[in-house]
Amino acid sequence: MRVVADTGICQGHQLCQGEAPTVFGFDEDADVVVLLDEHPDEALRADVTTAVKYCPAFALSIEED
Amino acid sequence: MTLDAIREVSTVLDDQDAIVPAIIKGTGHLPEMRVDPIALFHRVRDECGDLGRFRLADKQVVLVTGAEANEAFFRAPESVLDQAAAYPFMTPIFGKGVVFDASPEERQQMLKNQALRGDMMRGHAQTIEAEIRRMVAGWGDEGEIDLLDFFAELTIYTTSSCLIGKPFRDQLDGSFAEIYHRLEHGTDAIAYVDPYADIENFKIRDEAREELVAKVQSIIAARVAQGEIPKEDRDLLDVLIAVGYDAEMVTGIFISMMFAGHHTSSGTASWAMIELLRNPAVMGDVVAELDALYADGSEVSFQALRSIPVLEAALKETLRLHPPLVILMRLVQEDFDLMGHTIPAGTVLAASPRVSNRIEEDFPKAEEFDPGRYVDPRQEDLQNRWTWIPFGAGKHRCVGNAFAMMQMKAIFSVILRDFSFEPAQELDTYRDDFTKMVIQLAQPARVKYRRRFRVSRLAGARTSTTELS
Repeated sequence: MRVVADTGICQGHQLCQGEAPTVFGFDEDADVVVLLDEHPDEALRADVTTAVKYCPAFALSIEED
Repeated sequence: MTLDAIREVSTVLDDQDAIVPAIIKGTGHLPEMRVDPIALFHRVRDECGDLGRFRLADKQVVLVTGAEANEAFFRAPESVLDQAAAYPFMTPIFGKGVVFDASPEERQQMLKNQALRGDMMRGHAQTIEAEIRRMVAGWGDEGEIDLLDFFAELTIYTTSSCLIGKPFRDQLDGSFAEIYHRLEHGTDAIAYVDPYADIENFKIRDEAREELVAKVQSIIAARVAQGEIPKEDRDLLDVLIAVGYDAEMVTGIFISMMFAGHHTSSGTASWAMIELLRNPAVMGDVVAELDALYADGSEVSFQALRSIPVLEAALKETLRLHPPLVILMRLVQEDFDLMGHTIPAGTVLAASPRVSNRIEEDFPKAEEFDPGRYVDPRQEDLQNRWTWIPFGAGKHRCVGNAFAMMQMKAIFSVILRDFSFEPAQELDTYRDDFTKMVIQLAQPARVKYRRRFRVSRLAGARTSTTELS
């Protein structure tokens, strides 16, 4: 899978970091998400899916490779 | 540059008709928007497509629907599409003299960074659970409530307690909610001609605001008389008093902080209850989910922050069909290119959650209440992020949406486990009052409750039945 983060609409809630801290980081200056791992291991799928589902800005998505 | 190439919607209410108040004669579609905005907005899409036009007095309004137009609308920066200027009916409610040294964007950021931070949600969840329990503490084994009265009062307590502070909330009683309701009711669309017009609705609004200022004034006086307040007991009111703001200013700040979270949450809770009563099978699934979830004695404030999939799907479907805001507006600040058209500065650009949420191509059988839409693999909210827009979308997407969902989960976790509900009137008589820009449930909206009795999980070998407290 490929994780996509739309920094144009990210509001910086940082909830995704709580769900999958190895995939999502945070740019303090820009106040938006940073992708740490664009192609996370399949084992992380459940966590990443939760992050996508509960992102308050709907800024995240998963695309299948 | 003209808007002629964008089709104008038909007129069903002549703006010179005898029933149109004199002050809004000749204002185009304003008289219709004031009595039946839903029909007007749906007709714009039906007749004109993704881009359609109507007129409110001297303003041309271009209403966009559909994913492509909505995305352009929601992605545009504040400097191009200005939010504040498009809502003239809000100025007298927040207060003419109340000046904020911040744009709506900055205020949203402040709210997010202070009251709505992720690490504060646990505390908010505990506060909300306590407020619900306080509201139902006086309920008997069975009785009747009005949904608007109940949820409007509850959400005054939750928003004031979470956003301002518990000491302030503890100074409030039901009368504050009643006055606040009259204030919200003062959002007559006549404000598009003159927000200070000499009409009954605005008189009621201004009197309500004065009553709120008087209440805040007496709370401030009591607080000042209290003398030095220990740091750990201070709330936002103490901070504002220390800064030197008077009651007028403090009231304006509080109204504006509570506004976005109040009628929206109150209406959503009411409609969720109504839809669950209309769909008993869904109600059964939700109650079964909650009973199982809490069977181990876990806390509402813990679970409300976590996934409760069946309830969440019912809440999302409620929001899709009954978005608290039916139209979102922006004033175009500089010429804006949109799907082959140039929208000139000075035009009002609008998106409608009510219309977009019911687009048949995106939401098959759009008029039906179907929580199954949010289950894998359908996920009709994530699949349609520019048309599933009960919270808006993009950078301006409601910054309180996670808070709001948590609040809804906490409310229903408490009331559906301790009580069962049934309608106290015909199911098709529950409806919204659309005659104000702030939409509220029309009264009566009465439901009956009955306390549930369950086999005690603490009884061990004994099979006793206990009343839940």
